[in-house]
Amino acid sequence: MKIVVTVKQIPDPNAPQKLTSDQRLERAGEAVLDPGDEYGVEAGLKLKEAHGGEVVLVSMGPAKAADAIRKGLSMGADRAIHVSDDSLAGADALLTARVLAAAIKPESPDLVICGTESTDGSTGMVPPMLAELLGMPQATFAKQVEVNGDKVSVHRQTNEGYEVVEAQAPALVTVTAGVGEPRYASLKGIMAARSKEVKKLELSELEIEKGSPAENVEAVAEAETRKAGEVIEDDGNAADRILAFLVQVKAV
Amino acid sequence: MAKVWVAAELNQGKVHSISFELLAKARELGDVEAIALGKGAEAAAAELGKHGAKKVYVSEDAVFDDYIGVPAANTIEALVKKGAPDLILFGFTYDSREVAGRLAARLGVGQVSNAMDVSADGGGFAASVPYFGGAKVATLKVLHKPAIVLVRPKSFEASEAGGTASVEKVEAQKGDLTRAAKIVDRVVEAGEKVKLEEATIIVSGGRGMQGPENFPLLEQLADALGAAVGASRAVVDAGWVPYAMQVGQTGKSVRPIVYIAAGISGAMQHTVGMKGSKFIIAINKDAEAPILKMADLGVVGDALKIVPKLTDAVKAKKGK
Ligand SMILES: Cc1cc2nc3c(=O)[nH]c(=O)nc-3n(C[C@H](O)[C@H](O)[C@H](O)COP(=O)(O)OP(=O)(O)OC[C@H]3O[C@@H](n4cnc5c(N)ncnc54)[C@H](O)[C@@H]3O)c2cc1C
Ligand SMILES: Nc1ncnc2c1ncn2[C@@H]1O[C@H](COP(=O)(O)O)[C@@H](O)[C@H]1O
Repeated sequence: MKIVVTVKQIPDPNAPQKLTSDQRLERAGEAVLDPGDEYGVEAGLKLKEAHGGEVVLVSMGPAKAADAIRKGLSMGADRAIHVSDDSLAGADALLTARVLAAAIKPESPDLVICGTESTDGSTGMVPPMLAELLGMPQATFAKQVEVNGDKVSVHRQTNEGYEVVEAQAPALVTVTAGVGEPRYASLKGIMAARSKEVKKLELSELEIEKGSPAENVEAVAEAETRKAGEVIEDDGNAADRILAFLVQVKAV
Repeated sequence: MAKVWVAAELNQGKVHSISFELLAKARELGDVEAIALGKGAEAAAAELGKHGAKKVYVSEDAVFDDYIGVPAANTIEALVKKGAPDLILFGFTYDSREVAGRLAARLGVGQVSNAMDVSADGGGFAASVPYFGGAKVATLKVLHKPAIVLVRPKSFEASEAGGTASVEKVEAQKGDLTRAAKIVDRVVEAGEKVKLEEATIIVSGGRGMQGPENFPLLEQLADALGAAVGASRAVVDAGWVPYAMQVGQTGKSVRPIVYIAAGISGAMQHTVGMKGSKFIIAINKDAEAPILKMADLGVVGDALKIVPKLTDAVKAKKGK
């Protein structure tokens, strides 16, 4: 089974973030493999262990995204494709999906695994667009993924519990933290990753229609903040004070 | 007048509250039509009409309930080609994302998601979205037609406009269903007693509750208050409570009258989902916790001690 896992490099969420003078996210600092995509890599590796085959990472990002790719390879993925092109800086979801689709199509994978949403963009729109462009069914928001012959079956999280969703391969799934803790890269894995193939692609090498962006940033303003109210120290009577507040606002 | 469409969301026959919220905004922006697909669509059309849709495109075909994204995207695409709307509003929910994403890619127009507001802007539309972890708000001008915007639940207040919608039956464009994912079973796990989205009081717990064994303390308080129980992502990721209870950027947006945060630090990604609450009460043992800077009543103390006392005090007050 050939499994493609899309991986994105993001600014380290634990490092303080800055904005550039033109209000873009400062991307010069520390960067990491998106934690959400580590779950994707983990899910892919588990399926490979169960069914054999190959796990191929696909990423679009600047040159230094190579580090995030290397991380995925150290975890155990077999090889990677890295689309890097200066003209893709600031690409929106549709352009990202177009680029990823063009890079993935020649691989003819049986399964494409994405994160549910990226930690920095966090809108989760790339996967459904990618599924559409690849002509694949999408089984999203999965806390469990199983493959049986050419049938992909997932447990999709819902408000009440989960749905059992089935799709015929080739299919795209998005995974959540429910698929299990991502494995650590072993020393052996880190060494092995150094010699794994990372194919670099430029935009001109892909057959895509670039299109025009969907939106244009007109303004960036401070978000409304709430003002602090009264802050008290618990002297043993805090519960009564809270009850009085609840009564005052007619909640009790 | 701009032609504004609302893609209503039906969950097994029931209209999702986001659809009414979207209609309230759509009425300010132009002539409103809605799309209702799946079982219960005809009954839904009457409700959508009351909220301001002048016309509702309806199909009762069960294919929309059984298959994810594809039939709805196909059907809406066909409607767009005929009706040429200026703007299509979707809820920023897991189900609507699937449809909107496919539709936007198919039409080649892209989309703006996670919006908190939409406004008319020089003959087109602009949307405001949280930016920089919610500390800032960006205003984005939508450059394509139709503009496709996905709006966060609870961004607008639903209100009835008292009209009736005409109903236009449409045919389901199923497409190739072997290329669509099918829902073969729906499994209900222990459900919430009071739904987070509908609760007027929410008692929410974070990592400061120390462990899953202490969450019953919050449930007891919630029972006494008639409240729903919520949680931060830290405790959902740790597996203490199910995802359905998560409040925040990647969980639910809520707007209760009172939100009680116990042992929650107040990270931006959490507060973006609850800062619309009318009153916030926070209990945190760290006087520097960010949540205390936005609470109407902040208590510096141990939630494990205060919550049970509060439960007893509420019960005593209510005479139970
Ligand atoms: C892309 C992205 C999306 C995210 N989406 C969400 C989301 O939707 N929802 C969400 O909640 N988070 C989300 N997060 C995570 C968020 O950044 C925080 O990590 C999370 O909200 C922290 O949860 P917490 O407050 O429970 O834990 P912590 O930050 O660990 O805070 C625990 C608090 O409990 C206090 N405490 C400890 N013991 C006690 C006690 N005995 N009594 C009282 N107080 C005590 C501590 O002082 C501390 O303030 C997201 C993060 C990212 C990167
Ligand atoms: N530039 C990218 N390169 C590779 N994968 C991506 C990229 N952007 C998004 N993805 C994938 O799509 C998922 C959802 O991202 P998003 O739609 O940006 O929230 C991520 O978890 C990734 O798996």
